[in-house]
Amino acid sequence: MNPTEFILTIEDLTVSFDGFKAVDNLNLYIENNELRVVIGPNGAGKTTLLDLICGKTKATSGSIKFKNTELTRLAEHQIVRTGVGRKFQTPSIYENLTVYQNLEVSYPEGRSVIGSLFFTTTPAVKERVTRIADEIFLTESLHQQAALLSHGQKQWLEIGMLLMQDPELLMLDEPVAGMSAKERDLTADLLNRICKNRSVLVIEHDMEFVKKIAHKVTVLHQGKILAEGSMEKIQSNETVIDVYLGH
Amino acid sequence: MNVLSEKVLGGKQGALHLAILAVLLLVILPLCLDLFRLGLIGKYVTYAFVAISLVLLWGNGGILSLGQGMFFGLGGYCMAMFLKLEASDPISTKIQTTPGLPDFMDWNQIVELPWFWEPFKSLPLTLLLVLVVPVLLAFIIGMAMFTRRVGGVYFSIITQAIALILSILIVGQQGYTGGVNGITDLKTLSGWDIRTDSAKYCLYFMNAGLLILCIMLSRFILTSKFGMLLLAMRDKEERVRFSGYDVARFKIFIFCVAAMISAIGGAMFTLQIGFMSPSFVGIVPSIEMVIFAAVGGRMSLIGAVYGTLLVNFGKTIFSETYPELWLFLMGGLFIAVVMFFPDGLAGIYEKYAPHCSFSMLRARWLKKVPKVTGERQ
Repeated sequence: MNPTEFILTIEDLTVSFDGFKAVDNLNLYIENNELRVVIGPNGAGKTTLLDLICGKTKATSGSIKFKNTELTRLAEHQIVRTGVGRKFQTPSIYENLTVYQNLEVSYPEGRSVIGSLFFTTTPAVKERVTRIADEIFLTESLHQQAALLSHGQKQWLEIGMLLMQDPELLMLDEPVAGMSAKERDLTADLLNRICKNRSVLVIEHDMEFVKKIAHKVTVLHQGKILAEGSMEKIQSNETVIDVYLGH
Repeated sequence: MNVLSEKVLGGKQGALHLAILAVLLLVILPLCLDLFRLGLIGKYVTYAFVAISLVLLWGNGGILSLGQGMFFGLGGYCMAMFLKLEASDPISTKIQTTPGLPDFMDWNQIVELPWFWEPFKSLPLTLLLVLVVPVLLAFIIGMAMFTRRVGGVYFSIITQAIALILSILIVGQQGYTGGVNGITDLKTLSGWDIRTDSAKYCLYFMNAGLLILCIMLSRFILTSKFGMLLLAMRDKEERVRFSGYDVARFKIFIFCVAAMISAIGGAMFTLQIGFMSPSFVGIVPSIEMVIFAAVGGRMSLIGAVYGTLLVNFGKTIFSETYPELWLFLMGGLFIAVVMFFPDGLAGIYEKYAPHCSFSMLRARWLKKVPKVTGERQ
């Protein structure tokens, strides 16, 4: 296969913590506009995988290529600037700022020290903030302090902060954790909408939710890929049932 | 231009608070106090520079530096070195074995001016170095710490250690620095006698004016996107980093700005008080200045100035009557503020003032006006 077809190409990726291989010789390919879900039991290396892609953890060996840029050698903020966005497992937002400010501060301009000192909020920024706030169901709370949002709303806000940056690859670590059934449905709609012109990589445990969004599912187990394919294929896979889904 | 003035003054409310402070410092206090008391206020105002630098760094950025005294001290020492060289002309030092050298060098058998004293023969160069030396030190410390992601309590402890090292270094190198006595007997600034009454008034106003300029500079920083990013970094540093910002650079920059503002205070201290000594460099003054900012409100530039003035007033009054109790009292004050009023005086003001301030009265009055016009129609 020609690697340029993929937005993200991970080959022979290994990370070892004092001899323990959290990710072990992993190969993963993600296509343009694909929504991929990674599932697997606790300790399978799912979050570590995201940490490796976004530069939070440095790989022991192997390569991560994003549109022909090698990510393993870049600093975190440089990786973000190439177009990779990442949402953390626990909602990670600026509690002391308003929803509006949370979104505005994530706008990808004025990213240098001097740039940020002289950054002015243009109508284009305002327009983007209002549009994204609408997309993440927070129009009504726009001027509320972010600390006062519900847990689910905080998850949406963090997704919104990433959308402000318009990343080509969006990585979400358990986006519906702690959400009500209704919020989960809304989030599934949201993800289906936002993966139209970007690739999305989601880690999730909730199988009902995975069914609603996944184009393709990858099962991780002990740092290795156990199975990969459509949701139906995965659900009928004997080994996956044994180690993860259960009988 | 309008946007800029809005940013510098911090909106209507901010401009009003700044104007009140300016009137208090520039009109009311000079009219009400004798020169001795006004001199004390002048001294406190130099500490207020450090307090506002801590509002930027600690209150907004979450970076607690327990070593701001070293920047205050370095600014002060740079100024003092110039004044000392001017005071040590060959005629007034003719009784020394080597006339023309500062007296403490003569006492320590140093016969030639050390190289690092040379630039301080020139006033423009000195004024530049007052800013550059502290900023350079802050830059080196910042580079070493922030790029390695040293933060939180570790940063505080290391800055405290560096402040201690610097003060020990100054005390130890008596021949080059004046040692524990500091640099004393300062007389003139380019021929202008700074000990006269008129010079003291002049320096007082210069000092207060510079403080207001520094507040405006800080306002500009805090109201920009940079200011919002500071708050964001304080809340969730990782999120800022993974939003494409080089967090270390932002921290280094604000640390350097804070060092520069503190240094201006130090230089003005030297000019007004007429000496500089290692007792303004080490741990105790650095921590005292954190207390000033905490009492005034670590989120409020103006609050920090009032906090500095009030705590120092308290110190002057109490230490005259109960000198041994003062330190305990200040420690207690700090604990009380942190536990019960984390936003200091400014926090208390913001909580209770809206209920009785005149903006409220004005709002009520404005409500009445449409009623009247309504009746007319």
